[in-house]
Amino acid sequence: MEEKLKKQRIGVYICHCGGNISDYVDVTQVKDLVKNEEGVIVSKNVMFACADSNQKEMVKDIQDGKLDAIVVASCSPKLHLHTFRNVAVRGGINAYNYTQVNIREQCSWAHSDTPAEATEKAIGLIRAGIIKVSNSEALETIEVSSTRAVVVIGAGVSGMRAAIDLAKMGNLVYLVEKEGKPGGNISRWGDLFISGKKGNDIVDALTRQIKEQSNVTLFTDAAINKVSGSLGNFNVEVKIGTEILNLKAGAILVATGFDSYRPADGMFGYNQFPSVTTLPEFKEWIDKNQGEKLVFNNRNIKSITYIYCVGMRETKGTNKYCSRVCCTSAIHNSIQVHEKFKDINVYHIYRDIRTYGKQEILFERSSKNGDIFLKYDEKLPPFVEQIGGKIMVKVKDELTRNQEFEFETDLVVLVTGMVPRHDSLELAGKLKIPVGNDKFFNEIHPKLRPVETVINGVFLGGSCQGPKNISESVQSSLAAAVKINALTKNPKIQLEPIIARVNFETCVWCGKCAEVCEYDAIHPLEMYGKTVASVNEATCKGCGICAPICPVDAIDIAQYSNAEIEGMIDGFMQLVELNIEGKIETTEEQGSSAGMNDLPQIWRRISASLEVAAKTIPALATELDLNTEMITYHLMTMNKYSLVEAEGLDDNDEYYFYKLKKL
Amino acid sequence: MEKKPKRPKILVFSTDKISDPGIDQAGLRKIHYSPSVYVISLPCSSGIKPRWVLHAIKQGFDGVFIAADGHECSYSQKCPEFTNAIIEESQRLMKENNINPKRIRMAAICSVCAEPFVNHMSNFSKILSEIE
Repeated sequence: MEEKLKKQRIGVYICHCGGNISDYVDVTQVKDLVKNEEGVIVSKNVMFACADSNQKEMVKDIQDGKLDAIVVASCSPKLHLHTFRNVAVRGGINAYNYTQVNIREQCSWAHSDTPAEATEKAIGLIRAGIIKVSNSEALETIEVSSTRAVVVIGAGVSGMRAAIDLAKMGNLVYLVEKEGKPGGNISRWGDLFISGKKGNDIVDALTRQIKEQSNVTLFTDAAINKVSGSLGNFNVEVKIGTEILNLKAGAILVATGFDSYRPADGMFGYNQFPSVTTLPEFKEWIDKNQGEKLVFNNRNIKSITYIYCVGMRETKGTNKYCSRVCCTSAIHNSIQVHEKFKDINVYHIYRDIRTYGKQEILFERSSKNGDIFLKYDEKLPPFVEQIGGKIMVKVKDELTRNQEFEFETDLVVLVTGMVPRHDSLELAGKLKIPVGNDKFFNEIHPKLRPVETVINGVFLGGSCQGPKNISESVQSSLAAAVKINALTKNPKIQLEPIIARVNFETCVWCGKCAEVCEYDAIHPLEMYGKTVASVNEATCKGCGICAPICPVDAIDIAQYSNAEIEGMIDGFMQLVELNIEGKIETTEEQGSSAGMNDLPQIWRRISASLEVAAKTIPALATELDLNTEMITYHLMTMNKYSLVEAEGLDDNDEYYFYKLKKL
Repeated sequence: MEKKPKRPKILVFSTDKISDPGIDQAGLRKIHYSPSVYVISLPCSSGIKPRWVLHAIKQGFDGVFIAADGHECSYSQKCPEFTNAIIEESQRLMKENNINPKRIRMAAICSVCAEPFVNHMSNFSKILSEIE
């Protein structure tokens, strides 16, 4: 590195992770090698870096040794990044003068088959971490003030439920509904599975609860006109008729729901034959029908054919995804038909049935009702035609080796799924939130951050982010409500300072960075007699898209500067200069004797001790100067691998003796 | 003990939210891959600077692999487009420096793509071994 290292008092902590790392990586040798690195003044092995006792020791080291940066080589940063940032802060150094090196998921576990090379790699990874932290800058979190108010967009079941909880948690809630009344899709539905309640009853109950909350304001016939500001201080313009209302909010919850897929005219005879309808249309009709006979379009219905996956799971079409809820919905609907009307024959022509969890009960009930299930392949879809007023369905059934069935039916119900709302792209543009390939709103991560968007302060709830049933929708919106409250309850919100920074000396303002920024975070600024790029701290997401675009390399992302990244690369490569092979590789002779050198060092010590005589756990702990928990852990693992076995209890009938197992 | 095999050194640029958890998954499930693979995680693959790619190759890495988010990127739908542009620029720089442009490769790796990642490493290692 040409640049002078900035940090000169670095502490490095190499974790055993109770054997998860030290079983494969020779952590003692790693510690001995990295202590010679430039700037390192503390190099330690720790049994569990995340343990309270170790955290306290690290704090003491930082204070006693006046450390200016720390490196923890342990598990993935996804698990303990914030744990050790807090340790750094408690010790008195900046949270961003800390680097976590992943020597577990990306080293000891991934290379457990080659322990010597895993050790070699661990050294390279830690050296890179040391160089990175040497070049790290102290960063201050960005603090913004927050309004304890939330705008919830969409007063369907998800939006209403979240609004109630947000209000109960002490937030002022503005519930904005595009339609003339709240309820959304479920207000049109009758009996619901599993509760058996009617959609309208649920909506009425939620509406009553909203009325009881003095801090919820419901706006109907209201549309989002414009959104500006950022986390803590959003300005949301709502249009009601000709009137424009300005709402101030700390966060926004999007719960706009879905549209039902509408087949193209002629698809399976839709809008072509009067006896072809879609599931949502038929559901609504069934719920309203009070007669004893099933009559549809003046036709007495004695047989119904459901065709599944209409417009969904298209290999070549737009909707490649599975809508997940429509199988259950169709089967539930067929059960309702049987319950309301007698002697109806039902055919289900499906590609696959997805009735997960408790919904499997419905599938079983449907089978018991005597419904006939025929399975088709996407390439051989069923064919619907009308011959002389009769609806004929032709299908090749995979369950009977593609035997072709042709039968008459009185009604064809096309099982259609959920699609993004027709106006979702317009709203996505106003909120600057991304949409996925399926055009539903995109969360940051489906498992790790499922209700957050990349726009700080904008959250997702319900089926606006993908097909969900009612309980899943409510679960997600309530999760979002809790996340929102965690932000808004504090008058000041802390933001990650990992954002773009501009070198004003180099910048000549060409505008390319602003062109690619989708968050409108870069603007020109007059400074030192020239125009330069300026980054809005509150709206920059730190994605770094602007950095490689800059023709004069004037932009860096904090924590990912050229010095840090290129320094890490140098750290990986410096490994070739190390002469560690002789220390960690086994000789042929040693290797052939049960390969013990490939096993963790502690196992070698235990084996050596047990070779002399069988011992109890406390005896081993005393002899090897380790605590009994550690000995127990390793003996159990060695037992699992058939290296040791128990034999007889000690005189007090308290502890087993362990001995080496004869191979 | 067998002599340690010579393995191409690969630098992987992963992404914090999507592809790096996928690489973690490989380790979590003890699916082994070459220990000569080193990973640097960034917020988004669209933020990789071509100069870093060149630096890595010049410092001795045999290849650079970009484990991108593809269309799953939570920052931008144009992420694949931006990342492609970075690869093109990197390849231009590589050619200028008499480096075989095949030494850079990209694939979309998601948060559960443990096996695909390991397969990509294995295939890329083979490709790099064949480059003189």
